[in-house]
Amino acid sequence: MLYREAGQFKASYAADQAIFPITQDRVAVIAVLLIAYLGVPFIQGDYWFEAILLPLLIFALAAIGLNILTGYCGQISLGTGGFLAVGAYSTYKLMTAFPDLNILLIFILAGLITAGVGILFGLPSLRIKGFYLAVATLAAQFFLVWLFNKVPWFYNYHPSGNIEAPPREAFGFLITGAEATPQVRYVVILIFVTLLTLAAKNLVRGRIGRSWMAIRDMDIAAEIIGIRPLQTKLLAFAISSFYIGVAGAMMFSMWLGSVETEAFQLFVSFDVLFMIIIGGLGSLLGSFLGAGFILLLPIVLTNLFVGGLGFTANFAKHVEFMLFGGLIIFFLIVEPHGLARLWQITKEKLRLWPFPH
Amino acid sequence: MDVLYAVFIAPFVDMATAPIFFAEVIIGGLIAGVMYSLVALGFVLIFKASGVFNFAQGVLALFAGLTLVGLMEFMGQTSTQQLPWYLIALAIIGTAAVMVALAFAIERIVLRPLVNQEQIILFMSTIGLALFLEGFGDVLWGSDVKALDIGIPDASFEWGGILLNQFDLVAAATAAVLVAVLAVFFQKTRVGRALRAVADDHQAALSVGIPLKSIWVIVWSVAGIVAMVAGIMWGAKSGVQFSLSLIALKALPVLILGGFTSVPGAIVGGLIIGVGEKIAEIYWGPLIGGAIENWFAYMLAMVFLLFRPQGLFGEKIIERV
Repeated sequence: MLYREAGQFKASYAADQAIFPITQDRVAVIAVLLIAYLGVPFIQGDYWFEAILLPLLIFALAAIGLNILTGYCGQISLGTGGFLAVGAYSTYKLMTAFPDLNILLIFILAGLITAGVGILFGLPSLRIKGFYLAVATLAAQFFLVWLFNKVPWFYNYHPSGNIEAPPREAFGFLITGAEATPQVRYVVILIFVTLLTLAAKNLVRGRIGRSWMAIRDMDIAAEIIGIRPLQTKLLAFAISSFYIGVAGAMMFSMWLGSVETEAFQLFVSFDVLFMIIIGGLGSLLGSFLGAGFILLLPIVLTNLFVGGLGFTANFAKHVEFMLFGGLIIFFLIVEPHGLARLWQITKEKLRLWPFPH
Repeated sequence: MDVLYAVFIAPFVDMATAPIFFAEVIIGGLIAGVMYSLVALGFVLIFKASGVFNFAQGVLALFAGLTLVGLMEFMGQTSTQQLPWYLIALAIIGTAAVMVALAFAIERIVLRPLVNQEQIILFMSTIGLALFLEGFGDVLWGSDVKALDIGIPDASFEWGGILLNQFDLVAAATAAVLVAVLAVFFQKTRVGRALRAVADDHQAALSVGIPLKSIWVIVWSVAGIVAMVAGIMWGAKSGVQFSLSLIALKALPVLILGGFTSVPGAIVGGLIIGVGEKIAEIYWGPLIGGAIENWFAYMLAMVFLLFRPQGLFGEKIIERV
């Protein structure tokens, strides 16, 4: 009843090409953005920011990056953890080497550095496909993490081996370091996520996105119709790594504040891959939904077991593993196309509701 | 100049001046390679027959190890008292039965509803399976490191100046026997022929009346038993613990080196990776800070793939529009 597009005519090309052609969608997105910008920052209580909102936004950004590569361009990557580490460590090096450089610019530069590394590790994708490529990207994961662990230059010869974000200001607000309030950090991350999501949306529905999808669906056929596999695949690797690098930069400097390579191990790569598969391959909305699902599920389970049922923490952890694995299998069986597809089905149903016949 | 000397000359000088040590390094690499091959073998079996990239193979080994230790403790094994051999055999048979039951459950609950899904979905479901089994094994049998003692002698002896370990030899022999049995099973039996048919072409196999479902159960059972052997060998050497499931990660470069679909590839690839890794770690590792074992195999495999994208023994990839 509420969600109906009857009577909404597109009278101009601009209306025809709008990102959200249906008025109700537009209203909903604007409402969500208004709440996110004007409502959420006034929440009191750091727990919400530190444990849920900041990681949600950061991992959603990383998931968008991986979705560009895996969901849109069809190249499976298990190196996300390594690329996040590149973003984090290049931010650290830039922050300490150029203390006067604007921190926001540093994030962009860290993303660009990660993009370069991504191109390097994307080179084999021209010869290798499918799972062979997935295993080859594991080389990036292990090598990069080893590199940041072994070469002291990357952590400025700090004896403990971890890197700590120094306090930096932008436009009069303290946005990194221990003194920065979670509210300010949240807004900065939110601005980045909004802008980058918008950019990603426009990328994937334009010429570049279509050539990615052509490569994904069948690379030889794509080559025959004139898409250059070299440029297209490497561009996907570069842009995907850029997103992941920015996510890594924020993860280090604005969420965790102090990290060591332990934070970028293989399980992070798997988590992000889970996010895009549970959320929906080739869907930006899915990246957000999947990030929410994968991040919130363990929190909910832990609270349920330790708080609700009184299990010991160790036992609860094992049961949590079991349930997490079980739920992932369950989700894949019930809806292999992910939460984004469920949302789409809901919308189809809503269109007819309450008179489905 | 010094750098060039250290990288290109010094390691070879070391090898030539201490041949016995070099031989020990190679043998150590071969033994580790046998273990990698065992895990890779399980991967290949499943990938060939069902196209599933089974990330849970390492966890299957862990689960089998945990089950075996649990059964042996149930039968009265303590740290001081060794079980008689027939009870150990019984426990191993019991574990094998559990692995077969697990194969049935996996086929019924996980694989059958996911038939015809994309490969990445199946791959993710096996990661889910790995998480589930890890939690399940820990809940069932506890999560502390367990010693696994099945009575294989563990003494070192010298042979021609080279230090050898009896346990390693037994492990290598077991692996060899296992591979031989599998080869016979694949080449000479009815079921083996059906398995090869399915591996070759699902549709064609179905159309001549080979039941895919039971083939999948058999393949997962065989992979489960291979995982059990790997779990026993590895567990008896360094205790049954969580890190056992990580040998799956060591098996992946072996797979891409040998080719996803080739049993001999898994064996040869395992040996190459095992030896290459040890030599690189000992002779070149100190130059760049050590602990390169984690990624060296991947780099080796990746460089290799650039020249042969289908692996050493993999089928030639033919693509059509």
